[in-house]
Amino acid sequence: MRAVCWEGKRRMKVESVPDPKILNSRDAILRVTSSAICGSDLHLYNGFVPSLERGDVLGHEFMGEVVDVGRSVRTLKVGDKVVVPFPIACGECSACQRDLFAACENSNPNAWMAEKLWGHSPAGIFGYSHLLGGFAGGQAEYVRVPFADVGPLKVPEGMNDDQALFLSDILPTGYMGAEMCDIKRGDVIAVWGAGPVGQFAVASAYLLGAERVIVIDRFDYRLRMAREKAKAWETINYEQEDVLERLNELTGGRGPDACIDAVGMEAHGHPAMYAYDRAKQALMLESDRPLALREAITACRNGGTVSVVGVYSGFIDKFPMGSVMNRGLTIRSGQCHVHRYMRPLLERIENGEIDPSFVITHRMSLEDAPKGYEMFGKKHDHCEKVVLKM
Amino acid sequence: MTSMINETRAGNGRARAGEHPPDYRPRARERSGMMRPETLAKGLGWFSVGLGVAQIVAPRRVARLIGVRPSDRTAYAMRAMGARELASGIGILAQARPTPWLWARVGGDVMDLALLGRNLDARRNGRGRLVAATAAVAAVTALDLLASQQLSSEASAERLDEEGEGAKPSKGRAIHVVRSITIDRAPEEVYAFWRDFENLPRFMEHLESVQVTGERRSHWKAKAPAGRSVEWDAEMTEDVSGERIAWRSLPGADVPNRGVVRFLRAPADGGTEVHVDLRYEPPAGRAGAAIAKLFGEEPELQLASDLRRFKQVLETGEVVRSDASIHEKMHPAQPPVGDVAVGVDVEGGY
Repeated sequence: MRAVCWEGKRRMKVESVPDPKILNSRDAILRVTSSAICGSDLHLYNGFVPSLERGDVLGHEFMGEVVDVGRSVRTLKVGDKVVVPFPIACGECSACQRDLFAACENSNPNAWMAEKLWGHSPAGIFGYSHLLGGFAGGQAEYVRVPFADVGPLKVPEGMNDDQALFLSDILPTGYMGAEMCDIKRGDVIAVWGAGPVGQFAVASAYLLGAERVIVIDRFDYRLRMAREKAKAWETINYEQEDVLERLNELTGGRGPDACIDAVGMEAHGHPAMYAYDRAKQALMLESDRPLALREAITACRNGGTVSVVGVYSGFIDKFPMGSVMNRGLTIRSGQCHVHRYMRPLLERIENGEIDPSFVITHRMSLEDAPKGYEMFGKKHDHCEKVVLKM
Repeated sequence: MTSMINETRAGNGRARAGEHPPDYRPRARERSGMMRPETLAKGLGWFSVGLGVAQIVAPRRVARLIGVRPSDRTAYAMRAMGARELASGIGILAQARPTPWLWARVGGDVMDLALLGRNLDARRNGRGRLVAATAAVAAVTALDLLASQQLSSEASAERLDEEGEGAKPSKGRAIHVVRSITIDRAPEEVYAFWRDFENLPRFMEHLESVQVTGERRSHWKAKAPAGRSVEWDAEMTEDVSGERIAWRSLPGADVPNRGVVRFLRAPADGGTEVHVDLRYEPPAGRAGAAIAKLFGEEPELQLASDLRRFKQVLETGEVVRSDASIHEKMHPAQPPVGDVAVGVDVEGGY
């Protein structure tokens, strides 16, 4: 089959690799129909996540048709159309029992690597480094899905791929980002990052009762999408305005009730701070650039919540702990426990409360994936979200 | 070699059935014939002092020596690096606990490497000398890391001893490993699975087979380095239903070993805590362990991985595999070539 492989920093290649096989009795094999490039794939592309091997098949946002199932899978049959959550979860361990699917204790065969870096291991993730399992990803014609009796959700007849695809990651991730803010009526929420997750965090904050949502980014086309499609109340281009001043002005000096970091480890920001973090990152004295996170903490209202759904991989520097402690902030974070949001969000899509397809700006063939990575990475052609169609 | 080799101590006659330390915390790992970390640390300390003094007193000459074109700017940088070098050197030599100072050296080394890396690009500099200097700093960085890590693990071992808890680790050649995991199943079920020793190769990677040969006896076969295998007969020395199992190898074992596994009910409704404590003597003594370790087969890591697979088998029904993990060595996350039996590794195997 053809598959999108990582061949080194900023080098993606579409290659012919063996077809996937059933390796465990609870596996299924899908023929992929749609697969997206995620903002977090760019961290792999740019070489900021450790433990990638040349030839790794990437991709963790995908859906398709079941073409084979292992002998223990009773919930799916050949021909079913399903969308698959990006964290792999066994459904049996105590984390899964508590609905913490992204913290599954059994799904990472390389847990020892993750333990060395993070103390304990989270769930395995499709096509997302060896640290997170060494699973071949779904930017391919076919993909193996472990624990197929736990994760995949059947897509209702008549729903198209573009509406269902983002249940795999970015819609639930944005939603969980908003949910962690514990939104009350009248709350003002600020979202850093107007990428797809940021857009869905804005839309979800309104679904959960926020009064006003403010979005911060540096690309006007993304901010425009946030205003027009996600209905952001106000947007701030941090290259043109001072974010903290503007947020204080927009909130009567209180600061937002909750702040969502939908940016993560490769943030940009004030040139001096950016240079500082970029240099430390290059020297491997910190692995992640927490510019958005620092700003979100500083901006947040006293006693408010900072919700982090942007991806971080290791260590950060100059963390404003004094601000967190003295002002009683709450920090919440996590890879999204996609499984618990898929069904309710599918219902919201069916009810017309949200149509996640608004973020798609580019559709292309699997063979064009390397172009898609480059375009998305460089934010060319007003790129917001690339979907590969098979 | 394997995790599941437990065992009797090397012929000093002190090993008795059922003997185990009162607590189950890991002890100091025994080191093979490498240079003592304290000696290494002292050497690095004096190296720092010497280099630091030279950098401060004669920055331009040091610059020329390593192939950087001397200028006011490099002299300034060189003096700053010298001051840092001198401080960490004195720190290492003067402190009773040099570990933090050694880590400071590691940080400094990384800075030096970065600076040298930058200079490699600048054409005016003597490239050959710079490459040599970079290689030298990289080598010292490796030494620093080694000394820091060794002293760090030594420090934690010392702390355990200072607290005076438990017996001292055996002074023989035995390797002692301790590890635990929590499994979301009742202690009776977890015990019963383990008690059927023939189940063990399902999750213990290096175990080829276990054959029950009598009421309390069994025959074990495990993979050893270089495609060989090792065998031994074992005797169960303790068997408390739902609570604990202890065993030891009988005389004549290729890998003398003994161990105990305890099954404790976890707090609240949280299943079973499995605590494993084992000692074994590797085939070629400590050198064998050192070699095995070089290839990534750290005993603790191996036991931890085996226990994780034990949990997977009990909770999910089988060992969880990924496209990369079915291969013994690092392999790209791509589907395997050819047919693969479900639940069986491509290379090596269970």
